[in-house]
Parts: sequence; C-alpha cells; structure tokens
Amino acid sequence: MDESILKARGLTKAYGALKATDTLSLEIRTGEIHAIIGPNGAGKTTAIGQLSGELTSDEGTIYFAGRDITRLPVHKRACLGLARSFQITSILLNFTAEDNVAMAVQARDGHSFKFWKSARTDRKLRVPAREVLKEVGLADRADIVADRLSHGEQRQLELAMALATRPALLLLDEPMAGMGPASSRKMVDLLQTLKGRLTILMVEHDMDAVFTLADRITVLVYGRAIATDTPENIHTDPAVRKAYLGENG
Amino acid sequence: MNRFQLTLKTCILIAALVILIGLPPVASALEATFYIGLFSRILIYALAAVSLDLILGYGGMVSFGHAAFFGAGAYVVGILAFHGIEGSAVISWPFVIMGTDNALISWSVAAVASAGLAFVIGAISLRTSGVYFIMITLAFAQMMYFFFTSLEFYGGDDGLSLFTRSRLGHMDLSNDAAFYYTCLGLLIGFLLFSRRLVNSRFGMVIRGCKENERRMGALGFPTYRYKLVCFVIAGAGAGLAGALMANQTEFVSPSLLHWTVSGDILVMVILGGVGTLVGPVFGATVFLLLEEFLSRYTEHWMLFLGPILIFVVLFARRGLYGSFVERKADNG
Amino acid sequence: MYLLLFCQQFLNGLQFGVMLFLMASGLTLIFGIMDLINLAHGSLFMVGAYLCATVFQQTGSFMLGLLVALPGAALVGIVVEVFVLRTLYARDHLDQVLATFGLILFFNELTKIIWGPRALFLDVPEALSGTIEIIPGAPYPTFRLAIIVVGIIVAIFLYFLITRTRLGMLIRASATNREMVGALGVNVNLLYTLVFGLGALLAGLAGAMAGPLFAVEVGMGEDILILTFVVIVIGGIGSIRGALVGAILVGLIDTLGRAFLPALFKLFLDPATADGVGASLDSMAIYILMALVLAWKPRGLLPAHE
Repeated sequence: MDESILKARGLTKAYGALKATDTLSLEIRTGEIHAIIGPNGAGKTTAIGQLSGELTSDEGTIYFAGRDITRLPVHKRACLGLARSFQITSILLNFTAEDNVAMAVQARDGHSFKFWKSARTDRKLRVPAREVLKEVGLADRADIVADRLSHGEQRQLELAMALATRPALLLLDEPMAGMGPASSRKMVDLLQTLKGRLTILMVEHDMDAVFTLADRITVLVYGRAIATDTPENIHTDPAVRKAYLGENG
Repeated sequence: MNRFQLTLKTCILIAALVILIGLPPVASALEATFYIGLFSRILIYALAAVSLDLILGYGGMVSFGHAAFFGAGAYVVGILAFHGIEGSAVISWPFVIMGTDNALISWSVAAVASAGLAFVIGAISLRTSGVYFIMITLAFAQMMYFFFTSLEFYGGDDGLSLFTRSRLGHMDLSNDAAFYYTCLGLLIGFLLFSRRLVNSRFGMVIRGCKENERRMGALGFPTYRYKLVCFVIAGAGAGLAGALMANQTEFVSPSLLHWTVSGDILVMVILGGVGTLVGPVFGATVFLLLEEFLSRYTEHWMLFLGPILIFVVLFARRGLYGSFVERKADNG
Repeated sequence: MYLLLFCQQFLNGLQFGVMLFLMASGLTLIFGIMDLINLAHGSLFMVGAYLCATVFQQTGSFMLGLLVALPGAALVGIVVEVFVLRTLYARDHLDQVLATFGLILFFNELTKIIWGPRALFLDVPEALSGTIEIIPGAPYPTFRLAIIVVGIIVAIFLYFLITRTRLGMLIRASATNREMVGALGVNVNLLYTLVFGLGALLAGLAGAMAGPLFAVEVGMGEDILILTFVVIVIGGIGSIRGALVGAILVGLIDTLGRAFLPALFKLFLDPATADGVGASLDSMAIYILMALVLAWKPRGLLPAHE
C-alpha cells in the first residue's frame, strides 16, 4: 500500500524569467494535514494552482491516488476527489447557502444532464447538503442567500462545498485570509474536527493556525521546497530560520 | 410581502393568459382581425426571446446572434415547402430528403437543424467569453445572413414565398385564429419545458456557471459541455420560432437573419426582465406594440426607441416584469 | 494577365484592410482599456462619411470635408462617451450592448431625418482621380493608393504614440492592468475620453475616405462594424498590432476571395455549381477564417494580455 495520496515531482512554472515554482516536489500522506508556508512570492498559490489544474505546469509530474493527473483539466481532477477553496472566497453569491452545498453534492453525484426533475426538492441533494451545513456550523443559515452571509460564514460555506464533494484531498488556499481572530479560531476548531478523517493540504500565513493544525510542514522559498518536516523540527531547522525568519545562523 | 408577490405574480399570469386566449374571438367580433396576426407575431417573437433568455438570463451567455437560429428555422420550413410543392428532393445524396409541408416534419426538422447550427457556432464561440463571445456570435450570425443571401436558387436576396402554410393534422393553419392558437400552445409548452429545465439539475449547473464558472469547474463540472448543451437547446427553441415565423408571413428572406433581429430579440429579453421566463413574453409584447403604434405616429419611431433603450439600461435594469413582479432570478 | 489582375486585387485588399484597420485600432483600444463593447463605433464611421460627403458636395473640396469630418466625428464620440458610455464602464457587457444598440438606432434615424433615406454617391476628388502605374502595365487608382498611404501613416503614428509617448505608456499600462493605472493617480476619466476621441477620429477618417468608394447611406456603419469585430477577434483584443494583422488578413481574404474563388471552383466544378458555391463561400470566407483562428488560438493571434 502506498500511503501517499499525492506525489508531485519537479513542478516548475515560469512567468517569463521568473520561476514561480522551481522543481518543486511534494508528497502528501493519506490522512495528514500538510501545510505549505513561505514568504510572500514564494510560489505557494502557484503551487496550489498547478496541483488543482488551473495552471498547467511547464515541467514536472503530479500523481494523485496513483494516477498521473499532470495533464488533466480542473474538472476531471475535481471528479477524482481533489477539492479546493480559493484565496478569495469563491462561492455562488446569489444562491442560498443550501443551494451552494447542494451544487457540490450534485457534482459528486455523477453527471447533471438531467433536465426534468426539480433539483430544489431532490432529497438526494438536499439531505446531504443540510448535513454538511450542520457539520460546518451553518445549519441555521441554510436559507440565507450567500451574498448576505458574513465573511467568516462565507469561508465556512466554501469549506462546506469542498467537503460535500467528499474529497480524497482538500486544497485550502489561505482558509483564514481576511478573518478576525474570533472567526479564525472558529475555522481552526472546525479544521481540527476534520483532522484524521480527511487529507488536507493548506497554504496559510497564520503561523498559530499552521503550527496548531499541521502534521507536517513544507517551507517554500523562491519556488523551491527547502524543508519538509514536523512542526517541531521545522521550528528549529536552521535553514528554515535563516531563509524564512530572516535570522542569521 | 412574499405572499403578496406570489399572488400578484399569479394574478398577472392568469390575466395575461385569459387575454391571450380570448383575443381571437374578441378581435373577430370587433372586426379587428388585424390583431390576431399582430399577436401571432408577438407570440412567435416571445418564443424566440424566451429561448434566448435561457442562455442569456440563466446561463450568462450574451449572444448577439440569435437571429441565425431564428432565420435558419424559417428557411428550413421555406425550403422544405418549396420542394414539397415541386415534389422534388431537397438533397439526394447521401440520403434523400423530400420536400414537405407537413408541420410535424418540417417544424421538427427546423428545430433540429437550428440546434445543429447552434452546436457548431456554440462549440467555437464558447471557447471564449466576455466581449469576444458577443462579437463572435454576432459575426457568425452575419455569416449565416450572407450564406442565405447567396442561395440564388432559393431567391437569394429577395427571399422565398411559401404557397400555403404548413399542414398540421386536420387543423387548417391558414385560418389565422387556428394558427394563433398553435403559436400560443407552443409558447406555453416551451415555457413549461423551460421552467422544468431551469430548476432541474442541469438548470442549476447552468445558473451556477453564470454565477461563478471557476467555482463550478473546481467542483468538478465540465462547464463548457453544459453551456454548449444549453446553447443548443436555445438554438432549437429559436429554430421552432423561426418555423412559425415562416408560416406567419408565408415568406422567408435573409432579412430574418439581419443583425438587427438579433438586437431586437435581445432588447425584448432585457425590456421584459433578464432571468425571468415570463419576462421576455412581456418584453416581446411591449416591444412589438410600441413598434406598431409608434410607427403609426411617426416613421422615425426608432429615434424614440433608441433613447428608451438607453433609459431602461441606465435606470430600470431589471426590465418591466423583473422590476414590478419578480425580485430575484425567476424559478419559473 | 492573371498576375496583373491579382496585383490589382491584392492592392484593393490592402486598401480595404487599411480601412478596417482605422476602425479596428480605435475599437480594440476601447475594448482593451475600458472593457467596453461599443456597437455604436460604426455610427462614428457613418458620421464621418456624411460630414465629409456634405462638405465635399457643397464646396468641392475633399480636404475641407476631411477637416470637418475628423473633428466632427471625434466631437460626437466624446459627447457620447461623456454622456452615455461613461456610466456604462462599471456595468456588465449586456447593459453595454443594449445601450449602444440604442445609440445605433438613434444615430441611424437621426441621419435619415437630416440627410434623407437616399444614399449619397460621391466622385473621387479631382486631384486623386487619376491612376498610377506602380506595377508596370497595371494602372491603379490614385485615390485607393492614397488610402493605403494614409493607413501606413496612421499605423506609424499610432506606433509612435503607443511606444514613445506618456499617453501611449498609460494606454499600454491600462490595456494590461486597468486597476493599476487608477492607483497611480492618473486621471482615468480624461484618459478614457482621450482614447475614445482618438478612436472616434480614426473611425471618422475611415468613413470620410470610404465616401467616394461606397455609397454613403444609413446602415453603412454596421456592415463595417461587424467586419471590424471579426478583425479584432482574429487579431486579439486590445492590441494595435493584432488589429493591423487582422485587418490586412481580413481585407485581403475578403477581396481576393470575391475575385478568385468562383474561378477557382470552376477548375473542378461545373460553372453553375461553381458560381453558387463560390458566391456562398466568398462572402463566408472571413468568418471561416475567424472560426479557424479561434479553434487554434481562442484569444486571437496577438492578444494584448498574455
């Protein structure tokens, strides 16, 4: 049994002369929460884009659950179980919270070339959608149009949509971005409950959150992974301290 | 508030239905049969406008080429009828298609042919979005305009006259009232179908694509495919409307595919209310009545219509029906 | 014989391409910078044509006509930008389409009221009415040649404007990143009005020069507008170079297609069928070209935003 769900080798993406990611290799083990940290411009969002399929890699290969997905488009990767949240919240703003999640359930439930039966009363969509909303703590907000939810709630909703697709790997691009301390703590608690049940790869600036949640951390500098280790070891790694925290020796 | 709106909406719909059903006998009694023809035209354009609203209002695809499908549907009926009278074949290779004036056949062929055309145009146009999409759909519609203009055999620029209207079972469609009710029935049928459609799983995906296509892709939907199917369905609807139009005027010509027709249909949708199914019907009614009556007072009625459009865009963006009756995107 | 004919038609295609370039260069900047779809650009072409035609007919001086038509079209463009289009920049494309469609209806009807429904036909200005043998044995009308020269001058002017001036730098910057330019403290409103005025001026120039070649009539603007869209789609939005390449391509293929396609089909089809197929295909050729370019490069040949 291969215990890693995702293996990326030598990923490179260049914008002109600038290499956003440079022969980046990553390995995500099944069941872990893996965090990518690094200074601004280290290529974290580019890496997420390459893994999710929004960006095509110049070089490198990506294996997901044993399959080569390097050339697959976004939606095919998603169908294989690769879900993601965006750095800037990306939900269906004019849909209710429940409709948003029902859409994700629908995505998991095979093709949607079904033209006749109403999706609004379909219990196969609605029941699971409500369950997931309850799981992320939005049960009482189900009928609110997403536009009217608070920023924190919108981020929870986006997570709910990702969860509803029952992903094998969840890519979270700065899940705490733009959140106040209270909502951040709520999100950390929420992610904590998922720990062990779900494999998560997250990019995050909030170091408290990262060191609370992550099983392993990869440090990215100038598009290269300079270290991958447990939080304790990363904390004391001299190379990391030098490159990332700007300390000398 | 909600309940009030619901009843208001229901009242308006019932009133509209009663008026439309009662129109032919009343018009005959008042010896104003002219109105039966005018309203047949309104119903036909309404059908085209509703089909456009499926892609525009629900799918967020701003197509400026809907006249291509409308005109193609009309031409299919015209050409089939032309050969039907002659008793000749439309094509004889690789298989034989004989001409016909049987409505069940020719109208279906019209819808299918327009759907096929929509598939080709959509497959190319949907690779792009935004202003590109608008320009490309407009350009392809213009291409079809030139294509039919160049068909010298079928009258070229001058168009093609139908000798009679299509045959539909035992119904005599040359009777204006019978034809009117046929149009009304088809429009209502298409509205009911669209209502199911926009609330189905497929419809939800289409609406999701309008809202946030990137998110839909990340959820695992191949958005291009869904949008294309929606585009094809809309094309079929417009083709059916075209088939009716050919019968209404008993004449087809490239002017049905002129770019201004695309513009007119678009205006009807927006005037009535984008993203509401009944809105475009009201839009078509208001637009064609305005045309009819303004043009009686002045031949320069466009001078007024233009500023009215600009005014609607700047100040009444949800359209008439959308502003007064519906608030959010209509669920049917 | 065929070669000489080909050369003449080639020049005709080039001349038509220049006309399209004048339309497309302004329009593509407006698309690229303001993200505005302006259907009424054809109306500015028409305004230029009518103004020039009227002055030319009254005074007999084509130069005077140009001197009135260019600022006239620019002025109309600026007025429209300030009073209608400016409020539309923040709106979605659907609103822009509808409002500018309304503008077309208005301008066409107004033109009908002022100049009447009948087309105006102009002679080629006296000084340019002769022919020149640039290729020995193939006399070519001076006026058409003058249009090509004007087009080359405009292309060079635009090149310098875009690459060498501060205004050009701002235009390039806005075409790539609109938000940034506003953040730099540039008066964006003024920039937009200037760009729009420039686009209107070029459309007016194209219209004025088209007068002696085509009929000056209501609706002339929309015919060329749709071709201009094809040019921009092929060239790529927001790119002057793309507009130039697209315009020349469309001009050449349209003209050469009309001239030679029927003859070409007669080589392997019977004459009647060849005429029919040729007539269908030559008017469709540029749209087929557009479809091919799109299938290959959905963002056009030389898009401004990479």
